[in-house]
Amino acid sequence: MGAITAARRRAVPVPVAPRTWLLRAAAAAIVVVALLPLGYLALRAAQGSDAALAVLRRPQTAWTVLRTLALMAAVTATAVALAVPLAWLTTSTDLPGRRAWSVVLALPLVVPSYVSAYLYSAALGPRGSLGVALAPLGIERLPRVVGFVGAWLVLSLATYPYVLLTAQSALRRLDPALTEASRSLGRGPWATFLRVTLPGLRPSIAAGALLVALYTLRDFGAVSVLRFDALSQVIYLTLRASLDRPGAATLSLVVVGITVAVLGLERLVASRGPRAVAATARAAAVPLRVPLGRWRVAALLGCAATVLLALALPGIELGFELARGLARGQVIDGGRLLGALRNSAVAAGLAAAATVLAALPVAAAARSWPGGAGRWLGRLSFTGLALPPITVALAVVFLGLGVVPALYQTLPLLVFAYVVLFLPEAVGYDEAAFAQLSPGIEESARVLGRSPAAVFRTITLPLAAPGVAAGAALVFLTAVKELPATLLLGPYGFHTLATEVWSAATEGRQAQAAAPALALLIVASVPSAWLAFGWDRGRRRGDR
Amino acid sequence: MTADRPGEDAPVVEPVVEPVVEPVVEPVVEPVVVCTGLTKHYGPVRALDSLDLAVVAGEIVALLGPSGCGKTTTLRLIAGFVAPDAGRITVHGRTVAGDGRWVPPEARNVGVVFQDFALFPHLTVARNVAYGLHRVRDRAARQAEVTRALALVGLSGLAGRLPNELSGGQQQRVALARALAPRPALLLLDEPFSNLDARMRHLVRDEVRDILKAAAVASIFVTHDQEEAFLMGDRVAILNGGRLEQIGTPEAVFHAPASRFVADFLGHTGFLDGTVVPGGIATELGLLPQPCPLPVGTAVQVLARPDDVRLAADGGASARVERRYFQGMHNLYRVRLPSGVAIKAATPHEVVLADGAPVRVALAGDHPLVCFCEGRAVG
Repeated sequence: MGAITAARRRAVPVPVAPRTWLLRAAAAAIVVVALLPLGYLALRAAQGSDAALAVLRRPQTAWTVLRTLALMAAVTATAVALAVPLAWLTTSTDLPGRRAWSVVLALPLVVPSYVSAYLYSAALGPRGSLGVALAPLGIERLPRVVGFVGAWLVLSLATYPYVLLTAQSALRRLDPALTEASRSLGRGPWATFLRVTLPGLRPSIAAGALLVALYTLRDFGAVSVLRFDALSQVIYLTLRASLDRPGAATLSLVVVGITVAVLGLERLVASRGPRAVAATARAAAVPLRVPLGRWRVAALLGCAATVLLALALPGIELGFELARGLARGQVIDGGRLLGALRNSAVAAGLAAAATVLAALPVAAAARSWPGGAGRWLGRLSFTGLALPPITVALAVVFLGLGVVPALYQTLPLLVFAYVVLFLPEAVGYDEAAFAQLSPGIEESARVLGRSPAAVFRTITLPLAAPGVAAGAALVFLTAVKELPATLLLGPYGFHTLATEVWSAATEGRQAQAAAPALALLIVASVPSAWLAFGWDRGRRRGDR
Repeated sequence: MTADRPGEDAPVVEPVVEPVVEPVVEPVVEPVVVCTGLTKHYGPVRALDSLDLAVVAGEIVALLGPSGCGKTTTLRLIAGFVAPDAGRITVHGRTVAGDGRWVPPEARNVGVVFQDFALFPHLTVARNVAYGLHRVRDRAARQAEVTRALALVGLSGLAGRLPNELSGGQQQRVALARALAPRPALLLLDEPFSNLDARMRHLVRDEVRDILKAAAVASIFVTHDQEEAFLMGDRVAILNGGRLEQIGTPEAVFHAPASRFVADFLGHTGFLDGTVVPGGIATELGLLPQPCPLPVGTAVQVLARPDDVRLAADGGASARVERRYFQGMHNLYRVRLPSGVAIKAATPHEVVLADGAPVRVALAGDHPLVCFCEGRAVG
């Protein structure tokens, strides 16, 4: 369809209205501004290229990179190994309570990594819930959740839902006729899974693994709480402790390099072998489910163990810390908590509004600009996704200090950093919302005599509104949980729920992290629940 | 597994029937698949209602009916993708569903050609075809089977291609080769031509019938296209609302439809109201001098296909031509009778009557016409 439209437009050039050019100029300007921090970072590193080379030559740098790569590999492998069987169980078998399991198993996605890092290390600590529970059994010392093992455990349990969700959606999309064909050709359920289903899942598993690997690379919260010297933690320490700006900039560019390499690797894995074949609507109506038989109990135990480890243990610990804090009479500082709550809501709300305003022209221009230009515009706006938040935060710090010192450590600069960080997500949601409109609907409005701008205002935007709102909710959710940019760019004394949890956890004030952590989870769960169940419910019910 | 005998602990005790040599001259043909009393509900919807169907070796049966009539459900039940609520399916005398037994699809020896072909996108043509030959351990023997199956469908040169490098017609034939390679007892085809464009469909239909006949495999073939069913099927089974209306050769179902639904579904039908009288059936177009077993005075409907209706221009007649449909080899007319009933009639292409022209209408008296009473055929 798109190809045909593009070809038609090329054959008979349609004159473009001046307003459309205005839109395109605005979109291009937004993308350029969003790319400024990265450009500035590269410039700074290039100016101090001798210092940069010196940083790269340090043996610690090599060790840091190796540590980070090892963590990425371990977390990705664990998440895939955990998530693929769970995805299969919850979509393709007769597992009791499949729907409920898939909801509960995806929940760890809502918990920020520094919150779960704090809760695991506290739970297994000497005065944690697990330690207290196991003490009567004579177990006095539990393995401590720190360093590599701690980060591996925490990040694996935090990220497996990415693979779970991509694999589940691929399993649902996979044409059931393929498994039926395999079964009718004499292959049992197990052989069918290995030979037909798994190859069809490969692109989706690769996409989920990519998200996990990049999450691990980008993560600052868990590694800083667990004191594991991965790249993002080292960059933060380089800047805050050593005040070594060129060193931090150089290490940030190393992270960018690793990101590019991981993206290339994923392309390689996903492009070998064909795309999954979409189901025909009729065949999907009654999928062939694999009866688990005597494996049912084992499958249920596996799901329950995952939920226990990934959700119940940190949940119990959170309750335990809160109860103990209250019992000891450590009064929760209500004023400070409310202030943090307000700051979080204001910063995230501004971020959502600003990001959606910036994303709309980009998505609209990318759509109305067929051919190479529009595609490049959309793609360039996505580079922010490839940059770790700590790098973006650092770049905005440099930009603020070097160009607009008046704005350094003010709310507008923090919101600007959020926009740079979250623009890709918002553009993605807007583009998806626009793409779901049936192709003829805008053309029919044009034929009825409306200008492109009027059509956009009266047809496109109202119809795409739910998707745009979902994008705003996602930006709000992500901004509430965001840590490194908030730490580096927040105005002096600007405490948010995220920074409150992080500072209490890293300073060993475990009990004081509990209340802001709970508040953070409650605030984050509202947009999460709406994203998961609310906004496209009717649509999804339609294709089941 | 004692899958070859009816279950000993099944509540229904069936007498073990010795093969009786019937006093018929032709040999008794053992059916490949037998469905008895097959019933399936989807929630409150009864998709299939006690269907009986048997297919013998080498025979092609076309399941014909409107959408939602249960034809695809029948196929999925036989393939083993869904379990019946009641009834029994046997393949070569072995119960695969029913009597408390359910054999999974991979153990039924039933091949399926899917509507969208369902070729494995990550495997080459040769590996798609070899997929069902995993029980052939010897590599050379397996290769020979693949070569044989591909030669059967005329695709020998394309073994190394991936499915997305093939045209729709080629994908269709790969699907057929893949289903036939393990030499199934029975082949099921689910609207196999609906994903091909009209021109391709006409070419492929003949080929597929030739391939099925060359492989001498019993086949059940689902379609909603009457022309396709007549062209492909040795017998045609017409389903309606989950029930089997009629099964028989194309000629039999066309010329002697068992119900008004069958006659209607096979197309181009007109019905005339009539009454049974002592000398035959009285209709608006005169007396049909054919015997009718119903009591005098019974209301019936007479099936009058366009070729059974004669037209003649007649200025004094009170029937009017409403519209002419030019069909190439002949003209088809919609004629309004004085009673207000519309009927269709065919004339040779050189007879052209203007819209609105008065015509005399008569029924051809050269063969008795089918009559229906309360929807069922009479006699």
